[in-house]
Amino acid sequence: MSTDYRKNQDRAPIAEALEAYSSERVVPFDVPGHKHGRGNPELTAFLGERAMTLDVNSMKPLDNLCHPVSVIKEAEELAADAFGADAAFFMVGGTTSAVQAMVFTVAARGDKLIVPRNVHRSVINAMVLCGAVPVYVDPGAHEELGIALGMTLSDVEKAILENPDAKAVFVNNPTYYGICSDLGGLVKLAHSHGMLVVVDEAHGTHLTFSEKLPISAMEAGADMASVSMHKSGGSLTQSAFLLVGGKKASKEDPSNCAPSIDPAYVRQIINLTQTTSGSYLFLSSLDLSRKRLALHGKELFDKVIEMAEYAREEINAIGGYYAIGEELINGEDIYDFDKTKLVIHTLPVGLAGIEVYDLLRDEYDIQMEFGDFGNCLAYLSVGDRIRELERLVGALSEIRRHFGKDPIVSLPNNYIAPVVVLSPQEAFYANAEHIPFDSSVGRIAAESIMCYPPGIPVLAPGEKITEEVLDYLRYAQEKGCQITGAEDSSLKTLKVVK
Amino acid sequence: MDLWFSEFHTPHVKLAIKVDKQLYSGKSDFQQIDVFESPEFGRFLTLDGYMMLTQKDEFIYHEMLVHVPMCVHPDVRKVLVIGAGDGGIVRELSRYKTIEHIDVVEIDEEVVRVAKEYLPFTACGFDDPRVKCHFEDGLKYVRHHEDEYDLIIVDSTDPFGPGEGLFTKEFYGNCYTALKEDGIMVNQNESPFYANDARAMQRAHKRIHSNFPICRVFQAHIPTYPSGHWLFGFASKKYHPVRDMHAADWKALGIETKYYNTNLHRGAFALPNYVQRLLEAMEELPGNDTTTTLNTSNGGNT
Repeated sequence: MSTDYRKNQDRAPIAEALEAYSSERVVPFDVPGHKHGRGNPELTAFLGERAMTLDVNSMKPLDNLCHPVSVIKEAEELAADAFGADAAFFMVGGTTSAVQAMVFTVAARGDKLIVPRNVHRSVINAMVLCGAVPVYVDPGAHEELGIALGMTLSDVEKAILENPDAKAVFVNNPTYYGICSDLGGLVKLAHSHGMLVVVDEAHGTHLTFSEKLPISAMEAGADMASVSMHKSGGSLTQSAFLLVGGKKASKEDPSNCAPSIDPAYVRQIINLTQTTSGSYLFLSSLDLSRKRLALHGKELFDKVIEMAEYAREEINAIGGYYAIGEELINGEDIYDFDKTKLVIHTLPVGLAGIEVYDLLRDEYDIQMEFGDFGNCLAYLSVGDRIRELERLVGALSEIRRHFGKDPIVSLPNNYIAPVVVLSPQEAFYANAEHIPFDSSVGRIAAESIMCYPPGIPVLAPGEKITEEVLDYLRYAQEKGCQITGAEDSSLKTLKVVK
Repeated sequence: MDLWFSEFHTPHVKLAIKVDKQLYSGKSDFQQIDVFESPEFGRFLTLDGYMMLTQKDEFIYHEMLVHVPMCVHPDVRKVLVIGAGDGGIVRELSRYKTIEHIDVVEIDEEVVRVAKEYLPFTACGFDDPRVKCHFEDGLKYVRHHEDEYDLIIVDSTDPFGPGEGLFTKEFYGNCYTALKEDGIMVNQNESPFYANDARAMQRAHKRIHSNFPICRVFQAHIPTYPSGHWLFGFASKKYHPVRDMHAADWKALGIETKYYNTNLHRGAFALPNYVQRLLEAMEELPGNDTTTTLNTSNGGNT
């Protein structure tokens, strides 16, 4: 946690410049064509005059997102300071765009990237675009909860030794469920083999701001991290930060022989795909949210932790439900746990997580973040209050009373090591055909197939279809798992490379 | 000085009361609390600018929420009151010698403190030694009690702000669980007249109806509430509010009332046609709040 800022975190240069701009009453002979909302009264009434006035284009006093020299540059430096990073970039295409930029920065066509098997689809999509090749590591799964976990040091070391030419290790940290890998250990391990570490920190914006939470990517010495400010940080949907770090790690660790990342190169990579008219609503929301977290993050997230701990206690007191917590930590694939995450295991009350998710929505007007086979998740953030948590707990106890049944037994999870034959890019652009499921052994998959639980892909484009894969899919289908991704959802046929 | 308290009952209708002076104004952790002195209504309490009670007409509300269920249930010993920080409900309850214990759950301790200082005509109820106050969220309190109360009185504010949780399906369901097998719940059920209030009234009825086998609505005339026409809910596991009333026994208690009597009790459940229709629409349609599964599982308990 970085409490000693080098810069004045009370500033919000982009928001301040927008304020100044709107008070100057500049005559707009530039885009956007709604001209402060005057040209579109219905939209202005809908969104509010203020929002329309601030929806402006890059101009001298407001800087330019593609080549920042003034207020955006200052705002990015403030963000880097707040997150303890060497450099920070404002991203307006969602955290997906930040994840893509990380992949494009560390891997070119044919380069290997070590990734956990349960990696977000945006990473595979990025590899389709740039031609990188995945080397998968088994994230492990929790037998009872049916969720994917974190990568262990020994599994990653094995992948590194088998693929000494890999460029980087990609880590999901924390996962959606709050599970953390040994990030510090992974960074040291990868760096000693000359590999970079990039972190999808989409669910961990808050880690930087509390010493009660697991270590953040920048603190652990990772080279890059994608941070979803709009998830737990309070900015507008679709806004994110891309962070570059690593200086600290290269100074402190003499065994570090990884190359360093040049922020100027990262800027070029971002400009390959990012819009040239970045929304100032997004930019100012990032700027003001960073200010708020830097100045008040500690007490805000202390409150979130307190609320989550309270909810866990109350939910576990209902009986049946299990709201998971730090007791799961095992120093291996659950190296640490993000206490702000409220994950509720529902199988002991005889209901699937997705059933509880639906009941809360349909019967009690409570919207959860998601539900899978065994769990549902409430996303807690700076905007929550105890009184809404009381409603959630009250509703859960009612759902158990009205709908509870005999406990459901979790499904066993067998990890199938994928055989990557073609890169995702080659498989994506190859000619493909649908052939009967049973006669697909030995062919190369042209589509992804994912199985819930535990949300780990069984096949990805470019992978060999084996007897073991088909057996697993037959079993999962028979057990009623949710199988997604295949064009033919009945699985009578599979899409394979011709 | 031309000083008035006014409250919008709809965006186009407002009630204004001439005020002599403001006796108290303060902000608690939950809401804005104000007490005024007026020539027509005497002292009155507002929360977040909404009228809660006046010295002149509070008897109507408090008598109706207490004496209606007390005349039906033959043996009330343990009562839970939720909300009611002014003490009016407890004052009426304390007139029954057979009640052994009254738990009052009020989220905002400041309301009780202000009531004790400025509204002694209702807060006198807190002097009864059978009363125990709990300052916490009603939704949380009721969740932790099972098969314990003969009567639950929900004296809530409105379905927005701190009282919001007391209008939810989970709350009414938790109340069901906290009641004994012949328990009764009565609640403040908003008004049928103006559209916004009517929607809140319908939603509350729908949610209670999905939780209790017997669910009826009764009415009273409260001059300072929007439209003056106010409704209450009567939900019960066993007793019918009219067929199971014990009029003679109640009269024998000799409790002197200003509004309530047993004839009025019967009549209060006779509702205008348009109100009946609003309520029946909620009983027939298994919309977002109600499902057949829920009704079936409750049916098993009757």
